[in-house]
Amino acid sequence: MRRAEATMVPPAEPRSYYGRPVIKAPVWKPEIPWYLFAGGLAGASNVLAWAADVSGNRRLGRNARLIALAGGTASPVLLITDLGVPARFYNMMRVFKVTSPMNLGTWILAATGTAAAAAVAHETLGLSGPLGRIARGLSALFGLPLATYTAALLSDTAVPVWHEGRRELPFVFAGSAAASAGAAAAIVTPERDAGPARRLAVLGVLAGGASMRLMEHRLGELGEPYRKGAAGRFAKLAQGLSIAGALVMAARGRRHPGAIAGGGLILGGAACQRWAIFKAGFQSAADPKYTVRPQRARLEASHGHI
Amino acid sequence: MSSDVCKHCSHAACLDVCPTGALFRTEFGTVVVQEDVCNGCGYCVVACPFGVLDRREGDGRVWKCTLCYDRLKDDLEPACAKACPTNSIQFGELTELYERAERRVEALHERGHADARLYGADPHDGVGGFGAFFLLLDDPEVYGLPPDPVVTTRDLPDIWKHTLAASAVLGAGIAAAFLGGRR
Repeated sequence: MRRAEATMVPPAEPRSYYGRPVIKAPVWKPEIPWYLFAGGLAGASNVLAWAADVSGNRRLGRNARLIALAGGTASPVLLITDLGVPARFYNMMRVFKVTSPMNLGTWILAATGTAAAAAVAHETLGLSGPLGRIARGLSALFGLPLATYTAALLSDTAVPVWHEGRRELPFVFAGSAAASAGAAAAIVTPERDAGPARRLAVLGVLAGGASMRLMEHRLGELGEPYRKGAAGRFAKLAQGLSIAGALVMAARGRRHPGAIAGGGLILGGAACQRWAIFKAGFQSAADPKYTVRPQRARLEASHGHI
Repeated sequence: MSSDVCKHCSHAACLDVCPTGALFRTEFGTVVVQEDVCNGCGYCVVACPFGVLDRREGDGRVWKCTLCYDRLKDDLEPACAKACPTNSIQFGELTELYERAERRVEALHERGHADARLYGADPHDGVGGFGAFFLLLDDPEVYGLPPDPVVTTRDLPDIWKHTLAASAVLGAGIAAAFLGGRR
């Protein structure tokens, strides 16, 4: 009787081959978390710029668009240098493939960057005609998916903490992108024109932070990397910087020095959040328990012990 | 002991996510990387539920088992199956191999190896069955293999749906930020 009861209790740690990982760790380098940050900044800034122009706030529109252009220029550089064979980056554009978020993302990034560059050129050269309006509209249209597709990119993998967070990660990234775009624009724009940017920054911090908490809650045990090691430290730092930045922005943002301080904190928080998510993927891949435990539970739920 | 070779999944995540089309399915149903196309983006490395693919240091490209694509084209069996001195690696038509493997499992059960089982021989599993399946004497995880691998792209519609929803929310959030006026 005692024996039978003992075998009913599953082992606390799932079995493994001497603790060796089942899946491979990503080969991606620090360029990738920085790209997640830069791409999100560029995506949301393009939308902010368009909305500012439509509302008649041309100064905010121009500043946000220049930020979008900077982020959109840094992005391909970061992505190409991360490749194993950078000279072959153009092979990404041999095909159009919806099953590959990386392929689709390459097209989205290229389209956004081209449209934003055309819009800035049109504005800077002082040209008239509908071309500028079309370019601005397109850069905003493609900017929306640019800010979020990177969540699909990470989720569409075998890395448990990324794949199982697939329903919340896009909202974390949308919030982070909004916070970055708002903060960056509020830093470089005189306070009398920067109201929407300040509100976007605070809104982004709240939405991104809440989505992050929801994701960690739903991940349960699988979310452990967000509380341990490098990912845990980045997550904590991200939360601290973002909340401090949002408070400074809300309380003191109507004066430019306050907006600069708050914006800087928020940008730092957003970068740390990307790093936390990136690092969590490595930690999640390194320990076989994260891979084996949910699969074992799935099997046992479907047809008893195999 | 177990080899860490490519399982040549019927639903291969590496092939789905490859952004260059370097990974392709051959006329033999196997999955192969074209080394003249791969740009070493590393996406397949994290997409594979078995951790088979990896980038080669100093080369930058991804390499994996091709099930000897060159030899198959010349009507030869893969080198591993040819060289294995105990015939532990066998090559042939999958249906025929399934039958042979089932007989072997039965024989092992009769001899008291109650844990003997086939791994990857079910076309209805999460990767649609393997092109290269295994006979194991214990749970897959004891061999470093995932017990219930699922092709990550099975959830891609769900992933894109949530990504699009997040884009819409972002757009709405930016619009909302303009409600309070300019200051």
